[in-house]
Amino acid sequence: MAKKTGQAIDFASIKATMSDPYKKTFQIVDKDAKIVNQELFDTFSDDQLVDFMKKMVWERALHEQTMNFSRQGRLGFYAPTYGEEASEMGSVSAFKDQDFLFPAYRDLPELIQHGASVTQGFLWSKGNAVGDDYGDQRNWFPQIIIGAQYVEAAGAALGIKKNGEKDAVSFVYTGDGGTSQGDFYEGVNFASSFQAPAVFMVQNNGWAISVPRKKQTAAETLAQKAVASGVPSIQVDGMDVLATYIATKEARDFAAAGNGPVLVETLTYRYGAHSSAGDDPSRYRTKEEEKPWFDADPLIRMRKILGDKGLWSQDQEDKLTEEYKDSFKKSMKEAENTPTQSVVDMLKTTFEEPTPQIKADIARFEAKESK
Amino acid sequence: MAKLTYIKAITDGLDVCLGEDPKTLIFGEDVGKNGGVFRTTQGLQDKYGEDRVFDTPLAESGILGLAIGLAATGWRPLPEIQFMGFTFEAVDSLGGQMSRERFRFSGKRSMPITVRTPFGGGTHTAEMHADNLENYYVGTPGLRVVTPANPYDAKGMIISAVENNDPVLFLENLKLYRSMKDEIPEGKYTVPLDTAKVAREGTDITIVAYSAEVNESLKVADKLAKENISAEVIDLRSLSPIDTDTIFKSVEKTHKVVVVQEAQKMAGVGAQVTAEIAEHAIMDLDAPIGRVAAPDSVYPWAQVENDWIPNADDIEAKAREILNY
Repeated sequence: MAKKTGQAIDFASIKATMSDPYKKTFQIVDKDAKIVNQELFDTFSDDQLVDFMKKMVWERALHEQTMNFSRQGRLGFYAPTYGEEASEMGSVSAFKDQDFLFPAYRDLPELIQHGASVTQGFLWSKGNAVGDDYGDQRNWFPQIIIGAQYVEAAGAALGIKKNGEKDAVSFVYTGDGGTSQGDFYEGVNFASSFQAPAVFMVQNNGWAISVPRKKQTAAETLAQKAVASGVPSIQVDGMDVLATYIATKEARDFAAAGNGPVLVETLTYRYGAHSSAGDDPSRYRTKEEEKPWFDADPLIRMRKILGDKGLWSQDQEDKLTEEYKDSFKKSMKEAENTPTQSVVDMLKTTFEEPTPQIKADIARFEAKESK
Repeated sequence: MAKLTYIKAITDGLDVCLGEDPKTLIFGEDVGKNGGVFRTTQGLQDKYGEDRVFDTPLAESGILGLAIGLAATGWRPLPEIQFMGFTFEAVDSLGGQMSRERFRFSGKRSMPITVRTPFGGGTHTAEMHADNLENYYVGTPGLRVVTPANPYDAKGMIISAVENNDPVLFLENLKLYRSMKDEIPEGKYTVPLDTAKVAREGTDITIVAYSAEVNESLKVADKLAKENISAEVIDLRSLSPIDTDTIFKSVEKTHKVVVVQEAQKMAGVGAQVTAEIAEHAIMDLDAPIGRVAAPDSVYPWAQVENDWIPNADDIEAKAREILNY
């Protein structure tokens, strides 16, 4: 017990104990592929286990192929997802079609799992408007202004509640850096105030470009940031796809049942650079720091679990990876064959009814583009 | 018909909107039980219930973010930001988000949001309660910025704003709230969001103004009329887009123009009007364009604000200078 510091109030003790409910990270399979929660593990069928593995292999193949395209100069901005497969695929597997998704820029894989196409993912990166055209899907564009998606997700959650929808929630993602934004707190607090069905995902991948997690806050976990708003939360091993799925699913069920919002922090790692635009992690972190995370890789532990059950082999995985990559190559062809938007098309989307000034600009560009 | 103040005309317009469209929602700080700190939403929660008219936590970015999410799920939000100075807290929601969604979604998703906020000086408020920040927002593509100068337009324009499927920043002048009354028709009528109004016809000089400065300009026109000088006063009403046709027609007739605003002079509305005239109608002019604006300083403390804000005397002096050029 810390020494009592004040005459009336023992702040030292309060500080030392306030993170106690968050001491234990929720986990089902640990980094050595040991099942630490057999009861929950047994709730998964073999098919489900294989399906999670397939999704993670899909995401990793998507990353690898995307980096190839990027190196070939065929893409624009891309935020690598390498290392975050369990966090992203585990959480998105808990979605229902009627759920709204407010992704950040590193969440293209979830967007695609929630209805967008791989081709659209590439088109978004290439800067083609078709990339954000989700039709009637409850998908929002990958947010660039970190935190803005949190307040918007609170609004969508309130809209869902006001619509009287009984089994829908608003899902939103940010990273560890995102939890430092004012909008993070405003979003969580607004959803709480209205007891609206929002599920706030924090993918703590350790790094906000070059700034490590520990510099974002002295709070022991990011999950506990929700407590101040009256929102229950959990920190999950984000390299454990099963734990991430269960935590997200139960958060969703809790919110959808009218109990108010929930926050889930997944502990994961950004293996690669912040983006494909020249970030070099060797400037700010060492290989030694990275190693434990590569050892904790979500695919390694699932490979072992499934292998022991005779449900998976490396051959099978390699074949699947090639199949996925072939399909991504087709998607890239499709993206490259998609007509580029003209300035006139774009100008027409500034207002529903173009203003006189925009009309004049449209006429000017029509003349230019018809040449 | 009833004689209503500017503020009551807005309340009446909001009442019409809530009555017509069950998807409309009013929310913000103190707008519910308290009816807003100025009472603009007074009685609306009682009439339409807490589901439609409700208080939010105190956070402007949260309020406008909420509006975006509500619009994304099929609602027609009418958020209030308590004072325009507080919109600084929500600049991303306005400029980075709601104004860009139509563009982002290839024109297929709309943000039918009307952000109401009071602005304008001369009422001895605390700091950040009186600033004319329209210069910041008129350069935001995808965002309409409008401001009525009288109660009749206030009601008609708030209804048009709410019916519009793009985000509208609707600026309500603090000083006009209770200082003006008009005969206001009952029920629904609309005033267009994108046209200027000739507030007074004239032939010798054009005075272009908006919001409270329209009244100051009209005072000058009255005074000049006693000397047989005929001043035309144009009320812009829409600050973005600007109805340049109405301005050009007037300048073609009068050949002289003074552009008036309460806001600071740097860039912004008056500068844009001046530039449009210079670009498209300079050959109609037989004098330089006169400008009346506040100094390029911070909005002042209450004790000097009335000396700082451009008034009828300043407009008259500038008009005489241009007339005698």
